[in-house]
Parts: sequence; structure tokens; C-alpha cells
Amino acid sequence: MKLLLPSALDEALDMLAASEAIPMAGGTDLMVHWPQNLDAHSRTYVDLSRIDALRGYRLGADELVLGGATTYWDVIEDAAVCEAFPMLARAARQVGAIQIQTRGTWAGNIVNASPAADGVPVLMAYDASLELVSTRGTEIVALADFYRGYKQMRRTHDQLIRAIRLPRRSYTIEHFEKVGARKAQAITKVGFALTRSEVGWRVVANSVAPTVCRCPAVEEVLTSERTVSAPEGLLPALDQDIAPIDDLRSTAAYRRRVLARVLYACLAPLCPGFGPSKTASPIPPLAGPDEPDR
Amino acid sequence: MKRREGLAKLTGRERYVDDLRPSVDGRGRALWAATVRSSVARGRIRSVRFDPAIDWDAFVVVDHRDIPGRNVVKLIADDQPVLAADRVRHVHEPILLLAHPSRSALRRAVRAVTIDIEPESPIFDVCVPPTPEQVQHGTDHPHQEPGQENVFKRLAVDKGDVDAAFAAAAHIVDGTYATGSQEHVYLEPQGVIAHIEGEGDDDVVVVSGSMQCPFYVQGALMMALDREAERVRVVQTSTGGGFGGKEEFPSGLAIHAALLALKARRPVKLIYDRGEDLEASTKRHPSWVRHRTALDADGRLLAQDIDIVMDAGAYVTLSPVVLSRGVIHAAGPYRCANVRIRGRCVLSNRVPFGAFRGFGAPQTLFACERHMDRIAHQLGLDPVSLRRVNLLRDGDSTATSQTIRDGSDRSAVIDQALAMAGWYEKRAAHRAFNATEPWLRRGIGLAVFHHGAGFTGSGEVYLDSRVAVAGLPDGRVEVLTAATEMGQGTITVFTQLAADRLGLPPEDVLIAQPDTARVPDSGPTVASRTAMIVGRLVERACDDLRDRLGLGPEASSGDAVRRAIIAWHEDYARREQSSRDETRDGGVATSAPPLLGQARYQAPPGVLWDDERYRGDAYGAFAWATYVAEVEVDLRTYSARVIDFVAVQEIGKVLNEVLARGQIQGGVVQGIGWALSESFVWRDGAMANAQLTNYVIPTSDDVPSIRVAFQENPYPHGAQGAKGIGELPMDGPGPAIANAIAAALDVDPCEIPLTPETLMDLIDPIVDDASPLCDADPALNNRPSATEGAHGGLIGS
Ligand SMILES: Cc1cc2nc3c(=O)[nH]c(=O)nc-3n(C[C@H](O)[C@H](O)[C@H](O)COP(=O)(O)OP(=O)(O)OC[C@H]3O[C@@H](n4cnc5c(N)ncnc54)[C@H](O)[C@@H]3O)c2cc1C
Repeated sequence: MKLLLPSALDEALDMLAASEAIPMAGGTDLMVHWPQNLDAHSRTYVDLSRIDALRGYRLGADELVLGGATTYWDVIEDAAVCEAFPMLARAARQVGAIQIQTRGTWAGNIVNASPAADGVPVLMAYDASLELVSTRGTEIVALADFYRGYKQMRRTHDQLIRAIRLPRRSYTIEHFEKVGARKAQAITKVGFALTRSEVGWRVVANSVAPTVCRCPAVEEVLTSERTVSAPEGLLPALDQDIAPIDDLRSTAAYRRRVLARVLYACLAPLCPGFGPSKTASPIPPLAGPDEPDR
Repeated sequence: MKRREGLAKLTGRERYVDDLRPSVDGRGRALWAATVRSSVARGRIRSVRFDPAIDWDAFVVVDHRDIPGRNVVKLIADDQPVLAADRVRHVHEPILLLAHPSRSALRRAVRAVTIDIEPESPIFDVCVPPTPEQVQHGTDHPHQEPGQENVFKRLAVDKGDVDAAFAAAAHIVDGTYATGSQEHVYLEPQGVIAHIEGEGDDDVVVVSGSMQCPFYVQGALMMALDREAERVRVVQTSTGGGFGGKEEFPSGLAIHAALLALKARRPVKLIYDRGEDLEASTKRHPSWVRHRTALDADGRLLAQDIDIVMDAGAYVTLSPVVLSRGVIHAAGPYRCANVRIRGRCVLSNRVPFGAFRGFGAPQTLFACERHMDRIAHQLGLDPVSLRRVNLLRDGDSTATSQTIRDGSDRSAVIDQALAMAGWYEKRAAHRAFNATEPWLRRGIGLAVFHHGAGFTGSGEVYLDSRVAVAGLPDGRVEVLTAATEMGQGTITVFTQLAADRLGLPPEDVLIAQPDTARVPDSGPTVASRTAMIVGRLVERACDDLRDRLGLGPEASSGDAVRRAIIAWHEDYARREQSSRDETRDGGVATSAPPLLGQARYQAPPGVLWDDERYRGDAYGAFAWATYVAEVEVDLRTYSARVIDFVAVQEIGKVLNEVLARGQIQGGVVQGIGWALSESFVWRDGAMANAQLTNYVIPTSDDVPSIRVAFQENPYPHGAQGAKGIGELPMDGPGPAIANAIAAALDVDPCEIPLTPETLMDLIDPIVDDASPLCDADPALNNRPSATEGAHGGLIGS
């Protein structure tokens, strides 16, 4: 393994432009299964940890700008950021455990491009855009337009994420949900982030498609205030937005149904159109065990 | 007393096998080892090709032709090859071994070996009868009765007249229950180091490593290497957890490392990483258990008819014994005059299953205790009363006709568990909660069970365990046994027992590292036998030491013991000196022969076991327990969470409260994982989810407070009255949790693990997805083959 140690952004960009080198931030994705990942050993990496321009973040009146090397822990520790963008901290706390939260970065989460990424849904639901830089210049891409397919991105190998920009809006609803196989140290089986602001609804789901994805059909159900009286009522819209699969962690059937249910359970108290009609209850009442106790 | 090795473990100072640097003693660098395995579940090896791009001269390569002795891993059946010669029976079966100084070079080399295997028809579902070409065992007797094909072992228990009792029954309740496999997930993966001491015909193969049973490993090495015991030495290194996973499995590793070391004449280190460990090591046997139960109008058990099938995997390993314990515990701690139990373990082409905490009993007790709740439900009885009415009382006999007369108050165990759990209050509270909560459902469930400690039947007699306690020249003593510390507290408990018995302070008691060249064979560290049986031998060896010192069995204080030991050595030295003066041979002074107290196992009087008919006193003692689980199911995600857990058990005598509590709590966590989350994705009979991200054991966040209580009724033949406890906490959680889920949701779960995906199918079945979880048609249950067919898909390969 060859590791290049640039101390300035320009230097890093030159290195990336000059070779097939791979940026390394926290390394928490790149180093997974390292001993078995023999092909990775012969590559060259560009360490981003000494580049001041990528570190730090700024909360302004109009936007939050996260750096290309800002970690989950940076956000968790900053009360002002947590208050302005509460879902960021909520998602950050669910990434691995403290060891990962202090090393792992938001940009790394984005570029690793896992469909199960927990940082991406909340960033996308906050309408984040990416500032991509290379020796060729700077480009701004909306995170929602960034992914083109499984592990496919609008990023050339020489581009770094210099910043992640989140516009400040007045949110009336912000909700993040992660369903994993256990309460901590779990990879998301199904999850979503959801916001409502002056620009409308954003519904973003993870682990149910080749990439983290916006759910425009569900957003449309919400925008047009259609009535939904049970979780299953969301399925026709969801089926247009997602394409879940069976894998080692869960099944397509589970992901589809549970996404409908967690979304419904979140929205029912918030949306007038949601909730049981007077006649049908969302969950059939259970016949409780009524036999005498003694 | 505090755990003796606790601080070293807590501070990371303890050295495990991977931390050790093999001594090189002038023979060159130590080598790393790697295993080349089959990628095919069953087939004939056609060729082995080595990629010419690699310089193979730099590697030590071993295959089956390098085995000096028999190509088998010595165990019950001697059927498992050390290295496959011409056929493979499971994916990941070892075929070739490589050694090299660099680990990454080894990883590349493993990939550069191509093993061409002509596939043959494999079996992944033992409940479906094999086709003729799938028969791989039992073919040596072609005229035997049909149904024997691929059956490694059958067992039968018969008591009373089952058919007559069914004819007279007021109620008959059927059920079929399935349990999944389970991986041990010991913290420390499998690993050994082998090196050779000496030269030529006197050389000694030394294997050190993470293991439960050094003498099993020694026996296996002797057979495969064709060596006498004196030329094979096995040393247990500090072991980070076993749970049965290091009972028989390390024998294969040890032979592998030894073969490489013999060929290289250099030390060889063979350490599995987590992925290889998960893929290739043994796991818990999956099971299918059918119950047919006859009851009278009041819910008294009239007859139990129980059928057990276990998937053994590709080789016999310890399956017959696992089946045995499963069979013996299958009827539960209940009084029933008529019992018929049939059990079989069957070959499949899955990675072999092996020893795992509880050893078959958790599987059959899951079925038994889930079935008790089903009976209660069908008869409209309270699940507690049903169990109380049928609970064994002194003078009653178990399924194997063992009369229980231990004076234990079994119903007091139930009482305490219910009181601690707040059973009746919670049942009422749950009704109210469930009626108002939109998405959450709560329920509470119990399991009443027993567990026999020590080897089954005459097993302890055959083991013929021996223990020694040496008096050292400085007045301290050293306890010499083969019992291994693997996190459960052997070192601490033996220290306590010897210190108590001799009146010495704990720091004056040393515990010998299990080393076959130094310690007597006190049997394997399994079956909850260490404290109860080996511990008792430690006490007796202490008594023997007193005798040899001319001290009475009691009375004399620790000071007197210490003084007597020192005096014995001084006296001995004087006698040595004078005999040397007399002979004046000027020879080398021999090291003082140790002052040894010794003990050898003696069966408690009156214990009778008939291995032919499977009748009699299966165990010297049973521990009795009642566990209560409270669960909350989230209907949004179909996930169940244990929110409270109570574990009450009568264990004879608590030797060390902290250790005992730790055993129970740790076991309950393992049980929670087995019950709720540890599901397997099988691919070609091997674990596809062989990563700890995808094989989901509980984290500390996933377990509730586990409240533990002990009752004591000393067992006269156990150390200080102790009975075994280590396996109990594996038995109770599965059924208690499933019963709590049944209560929360008014469903009837028949299999574990109850993952959210499984619960979804149970709560909201998708109609067009025709995979029944439980057989809907009880008539099928009377025809075993049909039942099996219906359940073939339960743990879908
Ligand atoms: C034990 C463990 C638990 C985990 N749990 C979770 C979890 O719960 N949820 C979750 O979402 N993830 C989880 N992860 C994955 C990982 O921690 C996150 O994806 C993390 O955000 C990655 O960030 P990093 O800085 O470590 O990325 P790295 O590993 O350094 O890089 C990841 C990718 O991003 C690229 N990259 C990094 N920075 C930049 C940049 N500035 N510009 C361009 N490309 C860049 C790299 O080239 C690489 O392709 C876990 C990982 C581990 C090991």
C-alpha cells in the first residue's frame, strides 16, 4: 500500500490528477476487510487528514457548510449545528459506535455510495449539494442528483468533495428512522429521512434501492394531501420509488412493507389525511389472552 | 473471591495464542499457515493445480499424503478426514495446507491453488429422504431396514404404554418445532501454534493453543501422526471463550499445524480470522421436534410421543452425544407415565455441526416448553398451572425412568421466578397496554426446565478422571487438572475450593496450566462438569494430600498444612542428601519428586444406567430452573425486544456468586441471540453471512437487565454441594421468549430465531407466499415423512 501525505488541497488535487490514487478520509470504509482485500493493497491512497481546507465546518445565517473531512463527531459535539439540523446528529449517533463516529466523515459516507448509508438520507432530505473540486475547477452537484446507479456517481476520480452545503430553511417536520437488525452497530435494513419546509416535502429512503433515493411518488402523495388510512395505502406510491432486494440482511418483502409501516407511523400523527378511517383500524385489534390468571 | 486472571484480561495484558511468538530455537523463522478448502458441497477431487506464477518452493505444502498415521480426526466415529483425499463432503472442507513467513503471501497463494472437483448430488435438507445417489452413510449394510440411510445415530426411550394412553386421552395436542443453528462467537477465534522439540526418534510435537480439551487434542494428534503419548505434548493457552466450539474442533487445527511443522521443521502458527472461523467451524445442530401429547381432562400428562431430528452436517463429530442429551431432556421436567422418544441425527452436506453450550438440550427444551404453552392454550388452561400440575415431585421418574429424589423444591423455583418477574401484575398491565397502544404489543412468557450436569449415563465412569494437588517446597500447593479456563472461572473456583479445603489463603494456591506433559487427565472441560465433578476431585485430592502429610481430614489449620508441607520437603531433602552421601555416586541431583495428593473419579453409589435401552440414571444431578421473559414487539418493524428477564435456578450450591451470575447472564444473552436474531443465510450448506455485521449477535443495548436468583440444595457428590450451571441459561431463553411473543401477539410461533422477517410472516402472512411456518394439518404429524416434507423449508438452505 502506498500512502501520499499532502498538506494542502492543491497538492492533493495534483496528486489525484496525476494518477489513479484514491482519496482516504477516515478510512472506515476503505479499510474494511483489509487483510482479505488483496487487490486494494497495491493501490495508492491520498490521505486527506492534514488538509486544513477540508477540515472544519461553518454554520452561517443561510447555510451550513460541512468540510470534505468533517466527521460525525464534529456534528454531534456542536450544539448549534445539532439545533439547526437535528437529523444530522440523530443519524450520526446511529453510525457504528464512537470509534467510527470520530473517524468517519460525511463525505466518505457519500462517496462510498452504499445504498445503506445513514448519513446520506439526512443530507439529501436537507437538500444538500456538493462542491466538487479538481485541478480542472469547481462544480456544484445536488446530492439528490449525485448517484446514477449502484456505486455510480457524478464524480470523476480526480474530484474531491471540498464541501457539503445545506441551505437553512424553516422545517416543520424532520424525522430520521433507521431499522437495523439490532439497536447499535447495525447496518440499515430499511430507513428513511423526511422533511417538510417552505420548499415542500422531501422523503429519502435507504437500503431499498441501488442507491439512497428520493421518493417522488410518496412526496406527491403528501403534497396533494391524499388520504391514506393504513400503511398499505403507501405501497402503490412506494412501489414507484423503490426497488428493494433480498440480500444477506433482509428480504425485499420485509423492506417494502416495513418502509410503508415506519413511514405511515411517522406521518399518521402529523398529516390530517393519514390515519384510520372511522371504520377500519390500521392494525386489526388483537384478541388478548383473556383466560383467568389463576 | 475476585477472578484471579481478571485484571490481566481487563487490562489487555493476558496473552492469547495470537500474541505468542513461537520460539524459534535456531530452526529459522516461524511460519504462518493457511488452509485451502473445498468450494463444492460434495464431490470427487479431480485435480489440484498450482498457479505457476507463484514460487511454490518458498511454501511448505501439505496434503493427505503427508499424514504419517490415519487420515482421520479422532472422535466418536473416526470418519472425518484430516485433509480430504479424493472426496469432499462439505464446502470449506480442508484439502491442502500451506505455510510461509508472510501472511499476505499466504493469502495470495491460497487463491492461486485451483482444486477441480466433480460435483455430486448434495443434501441440504435432512427432512427429505435421500435419493440413492445421495446416500453417503449406512451403505455398508445394504440390507438394513429402510430409513437408515445417512442416519448417524438413532436413539429410543420407552416408558409405559404410550398407545394405550393415547386411546384413553381426553385431549391430544400436536406440534412441530424447529430451531436454527447458532455460532459460538467466542471472542478469540480458533488458533494454535505447533513446533517440534528434539530430533529424530525422540522428537516431540508440541501444540499450544486455544482449546477446551487438551487430552482430546493429544489423542487426535497421536492417531493422525502415529505417535506415542510421550511424543505429543499439548498445552492450553489462555482461551478467549469456547462454548463448546473449542471442544472437538481444535483437534483438526492442531493436526494441521503439526503436519506443517513436521514438514517444515519450523514452528507454525495457524490462526483463523473471524470470517474463516465463522465459515469453517462447527455450530449448533439445527433441530426439528414433533410432540404429540395425550392429556386427561384436567391437563395431566398421560403420554408424550416425541420425534427428534437433528442435522448433523457432513461428519459425525459429537452428534450422537448431542442427540443423546437432546433426547434425554426432550420430555421436560414433568411427570408422565408413558413416554416414547425417537431421535436421530442425520448426515447432510453442510459444514459439520458440533458441540455447543447445552448440547442438544436447548433444542428439545425449546420444543417442550413451547408445546406446553400450546397445550395450555388449546385446553384453556393457565400456562403456569399446567406446568405446576405436571411438575416432577420427589419419587416421580423422568422419561428415562430415573427416580428423582433430591429433596429439591421445584415449585419454589417457579414461585420465586413469577414473584420476581411480577408475572400476574404484568399480564394484567399488558392487556391494558396492548388495547391502547397502536404499534407496540407486550407479553410475558416462561420456561420451566432442567439440565443434567456431567457426562451422560456411564460417561463419567469411562472418563476415569484424575486430579492431583502438589505440595510445593515453599508450602504452597499447586492444583493439577486438565480443566481449562476459558472465561468461565475455572482458575478462580479451583483456587477457592483448594484454599477452603486446606485452610490456605488463595494466594498460596497455584493452578497449573493444562499441559498434557504435566497434568493428569481430568477429562474434558465440557458439560458443566468442571466445578461439580472435577472440583469435587480437587477437594478429594486435597484430602489425600492431608493424609500423606499425616494430618487428619479436617481440624488442622492452614498453617499446620503449610508447615507440614515445608517439613515434608525438608525431610525429603535430608533423606536425599544422606542417600547421596551413602552412595557417593556424585551423580546429578534429581529434582524432588512431588508431594502429591491424588483423586480418581468414583461414581456416586446407586447410579445405574442402561445404555442399550436408554434407561436409568441419566445424570447424577439435575439443576432446576424457571426463566421468565417479557417482550415488546414493535408492529412497525415486526421486531421483538426483550425488556425484562428473570432467571431463577436451583444449582446445589453457589460457589462464587459473581461468577455464577456471570454465567447465567452471559448465557441468557446468548439465548436471546439464538431466539431473536442469530439467523443463518445458507449457501451450498455453508454460512453465507459469515461476517459479524451480518450474523447478528445482541449488543449490550439489545439486552435488558437480567435478574438472576439462585436456590441451593446441596448435591452430596458435587464440590461443596454444587451442581453444574453453565448450560442452563442456554435452555430457558428460547422458549420463554417465544412464549412471551405468543402472548403479546396471540400467535403460535414454532421456530426460532424469530427475526423480524419471520415475525412478519407470522403476524401478517403474505397470502401468495405459500411457505407455511407451522403445519396446518395435524394429521400430517402422524406420518413422519410427510411432516418432514412440510418442514423441509423451515431453515431454507
Ligand atoms: C464498524 C463500522 C461500522 C459502521 N457503521 C456504519 C453505519 O452504521 N452507517 C453508515 O452509514 N456507515 C457505517 N460504516 C461505514 C463508514 O464508517 C461510513 O460510511 C463513513 O462515513 C465513511 O467515512 P470515512 O471518512 O471513513 O471514509 P473512507 O473510508 O476514508 O472513504 C470512503 C470513500 O469515500 C472517498 N472519500 C472520502 N473522502 C472524500 C472526499 N473528501 N472527496 C472525495 N472522496 C472521498 C474515499 O475515496 C472512499 O471511496 C461503518 C463502518 C465500520 C467499520
